[in-house]
Amino acid sequence: MALMNFLKPKNKLEEGGRCSVPIMQDEGEPERKCPNCHREIPLSRLLADNMVCGCGYHFRMRAGQRIKLIADEGSFVEMYKDVRAGNPLGFPGYDEKMAAVRAASSQTEAVICGTVRIGGCDCCIFVMDAYFMMGSMGSAVGEKLTRLFEYAAWKHLAVVGFTVSGGARMQEGLLSLMQMARVSAAVKRHSDAGLLYITVLTDPTTGGVTASFAMDGDIILAEPGAIVGFAGARVIEQTTKKALPAGFQKAEFVLEHGFVDAIAARNKQKKLLTELLKMHEGV
Amino acid sequence: MNEIPYERVKIARDNGRPTGTDYIKNIFKNFIEFHGDRYYADDKAIVGGIARLDGIPVTVIAIEKGHTVKERNYRNFGAPHPEGYRKALRLMKQAEKFGRPIVCFIDTSGAYCGVEAEERGQGHAIARNILEMTTLCVPVISILIGEGGSGGALALAVADRVWMLENAVYSVISPEGCASILWKDAKKAREAAASLKLMAEDAKSLGVIERILSEKEIGKKEFYDRIGKLIKEELDELSRDTELVGKRYDRFRSIGMDVIR
Repeated sequence: MALMNFLKPKNKLEEGGRCSVPIMQDEGEPERKCPNCHREIPLSRLLADNMVCGCGYHFRMRAGQRIKLIADEGSFVEMYKDVRAGNPLGFPGYDEKMAAVRAASSQTEAVICGTVRIGGCDCCIFVMDAYFMMGSMGSAVGEKLTRLFEYAAWKHLAVVGFTVSGGARMQEGLLSLMQMARVSAAVKRHSDAGLLYITVLTDPTTGGVTASFAMDGDIILAEPGAIVGFAGARVIEQTTKKALPAGFQKAEFVLEHGFVDAIAARNKQKKLLTELLKMHEGV
Repeated sequence: MNEIPYERVKIARDNGRPTGTDYIKNIFKNFIEFHGDRYYADDKAIVGGIARLDGIPVTVIAIEKGHTVKERNYRNFGAPHPEGYRKALRLMKQAEKFGRPIVCFIDTSGAYCGVEAEERGQGHAIARNILEMTTLCVPVISILIGEGGSGGALALAVADRVWMLENAVYSVISPEGCASILWKDAKKAREAAASLKLMAEDAKSLGVIERILSEKEIGKKEFYDRIGKLIKEELDELSRDTELVGKRYDRFRSIGMDVIR
């Protein structure tokens, strides 16, 4: 029954799960304020806790750190690291923006792809990064994902994907939109080959990513409190001039409406993914 | 600044332009409309069914905006809910079962953005259509007749051939949306339209569409006859193709490859 326990949705946040554990910290250390329990948490402590507050609030996490959390030690091999797309439409300001984002990041694009071992199971993995142009999908992101699914189909490997995205990258116009079709086509081939694809939706997964490969998983998990939706909440409010229901587009709301399989807290994800991958071994 | 792109946006949105059902009525014969997605409801923003084109049965699906205020309200201004996309997918799978080609007419500012649409899985519905369309084993032609608004348009445009009317636009985001996100000012929509490369010529040069359809005599019999003839000829050719699904994969796989480094 242990498995059933973590498949059951838990929502500590809505239980008002404030935490009474005192926080020790050095003076002058950088801290982050938790939007849920409003406490100041030292960054070092947050990093050590995989960016999860004691109250259960999940902060956003960089792709590299996430891979460290999920991958068996030393097993991750990055693929397609050098895939880039330039500025295909000559969109004003895009080159400068990309240059600035790249300078501030160790990454060249908004997704990291590769092969990995999770709990001893070989698979392909992609992890999107909210800190890189809000995880937006342009030609390079689409190309990397398409290649990854083609590779996984060829090598007969499952794909585990962590999504976080503001949607298609508008600076690449129609070419960004086309990535939804390109990646989906590769996902379909992978799926038709009888292979497993698990998505983990993290905060926020929206727009063209939700409307394509994020929702294409055989199994769809979501992090607690993650915003998952197609249209942005503010746009909906402005369009419909109606107040939004409580918890709108939160992972728990999306679960309630039947679009994710389970909520998976970050510290339990590796165990859950391992279990799921093992159950599909030899498929 | 180039004013033409935003002028095109205005033409594409003009409520005097022929809408989806005008094309169905004037190009096809014996149209029988089929309603409902079998899960939740019938979405009035998407009209679909079977009809004959030069005697051949085809499945026709159109996003309908309506002309008058009353019609536009009834059609939700051509902004489909998830059930609209699910109805379209149901009809496409039905077409596949019976070996009928599929013709889609697209005209939407985008999938509806509202609370109910989110609750019923707008993202999931669009994702599902895109995924399933990649492997439909019957010919699919999609024609953008007015606005091609982002994922809401792509959900009916994963086709073997994608065509655009000469004044239609196809874009990842509306010029207003782009301007308000990038420059916090929706009034800069003209500049956004110029930067987004959303005109038919742009889509063609990016390899996103195969053909631009002239709007000569738009709305007249000659116009519909000409388009009907083009669809028929193309369907004849596609129907003979035994590697349709593989070629559709390659069609999308190769889009934008020249920009990858």
